[in-house]
Amino acid sequence: MSEDKIIVTISGKDGIGIVAEISSVLAKYEVNIEDIRQTIMQGCFMMFLLGDISKSKYSFKEIKDATTETGKKLGMEIWIQKKEIFDKMHTI
Amino acid sequence: MTFFNENSIIETINMIKVHNLDIRTVTLSLSLRDCCCDNVKDTGYKIRNKIFKYAKNLCKYAQEIEDEYSIPIINKRIAVTPISLIGESSKDYDYVYLAKVLDEAAKEVNVNFIGGFSALVEKGCTKGDIALLESIPQALKETQRVCSSINLASTKAGINMDAVKKMGRIIKETALLTKEADGIGAAKLVCFCNAPGDNPFMAGAFHGYGEPECALNIGVSGPGVVRAAVENLPKDADFGTLANKIKQIAFKITSTGELVGRRMAQKMDIPFGIIDLSLAPTPAIGDSVAGIFQAMGLEHAGAHGTTAALAMLNDAVKKGGIMASSYVGGLSGAFIPVSEDAGMIEAAKQGVLTFDKLEAMTCVCSVGLDMIAIPGDTPETTISGMIADEMAIGMINKKTTAVRIIPVPGKKVGDYAVYGGLLGEAPIMPVNKLSSETFINRGGRIPAPIHSLNN
Repeated sequence: MSEDKIIVTISGKDGIGIVAEISSVLAKYEVNIEDIRQTIMQGCFMMFLLGDISKSKYSFKEIKDATTETGKKLGMEIWIQKKEIFDKMHTI
Repeated sequence: MTFFNENSIIETINMIKVHNLDIRTVTLSLSLRDCCCDNVKDTGYKIRNKIFKYAKNLCKYAQEIEDEYSIPIINKRIAVTPISLIGESSKDYDYVYLAKVLDEAAKEVNVNFIGGFSALVEKGCTKGDIALLESIPQALKETQRVCSSINLASTKAGINMDAVKKMGRIIKETALLTKEADGIGAAKLVCFCNAPGDNPFMAGAFHGYGEPECALNIGVSGPGVVRAAVENLPKDADFGTLANKIKQIAFKITSTGELVGRRMAQKMDIPFGIIDLSLAPTPAIGDSVAGIFQAMGLEHAGAHGTTAALAMLNDAVKKGGIMASSYVGGLSGAFIPVSEDAGMIEAAKQGVLTFDKLEAMTCVCSVGLDMIAIPGDTPETTISGMIADEMAIGMINKKTTAVRIIPVPGKKVGDYAVYGGLLGEAPIMPVNKLSSETFINRGGRIPAPIHSLNN
């Protein structure tokens, strides 16, 4: 179900342990990571992560709050959105 | 395996973060027709209960959806059946009381505006309509969240000039009763021609006669997104390219709005009504329709060419929106509220955007003369004249037009009216000094126009 897919977008200054920290909080909240991509854009580190929350006992809100908290601690900008918004906006 | 495209993600986030894409309003449209009672207190009791029953979770669900998609939902609102109809069965009319009931109910469920203190009088007034009209100044003085709209004309019925005359006086009285806040009462009062019954935007939202028991209507906006897209095109891109770009952006905005609207309706367990894609500016930097004109190549809003630019913009927005959803409705197009648009404010301040140019622009925009501050000593009949002109434009061109002007008490050209928040601020604009008195005092009704010999 596309309702259960989330996209985590992280951007900021590159550093050690960003991917590790984010994946560990997602693991703790039982989110299955299906795909990760990273890139450097205009000197800025960017990571896109596709997760599946269908097996998680936690609500979307709980997962979002925990991940956002971790992102903030790392000093990164972080967006967690249901994937539907991108599918809807960019597909005819 | 699920796929995703990084560029789409970046584009969406940029639209929200940098260019102020938002869901401008989720509006619960609710029928109050089963609330009519002999006694106005009983009517009020039923209204309060019904609003609470349907809207108690409106804000909570909106917050949940905002979280899910990280897209801001700015306003939560309610539109109800025109109250003239609901209060009319009572033995003793007391529309001010009903306005207060609506205000309290709105506060209780935490919506910032409730629309529908309205009457549809394009062909004539019933006793209840007259009572409601006369109670508007007091009702808007004694409430904060109630919005009032009056339909004075339609292409099918013509223009009710008796009501147009009355509204000139009522607008002035309303402004005068709220003079300590620069006549803000008049900012919550709008006169319509061809008013749609499914519009989610204030001040003109009400639940039309042909609407279902309830529905969730949604209004999306995004002038900033359109401006950015136009700015990114080469300066010599032709109008076909320009129109296409606007359509693409309108499609994206509308699709997003429909997703949010349907989710919201599903959560509330009510039908999804319509999506209204209206480029509604805010005073925020960059979130300006006037900014789009500049991006298109005009020096400022008001330059010759502005009407053409607006016509193309309005049409392209509708075309893109129609492609994205089967249920596009409401006002859909581009709004030109002066006080709410930083670019328009600036143009008006410099004197390059005039009242007359705004009137010309309303022939092709989605609504009409909107949030224009005029001198407080403007005669009632001059205001009625402005309304009559605007109604005529709507009637003949088979479109919705509206008038929301504020004769700011005690202020004159050169002064400022300040409302704050989304309503913004506006320089007092000069108006034509010639008298409309004898014309307006004729009364009666301007007949409906012919539907052939179109030229």
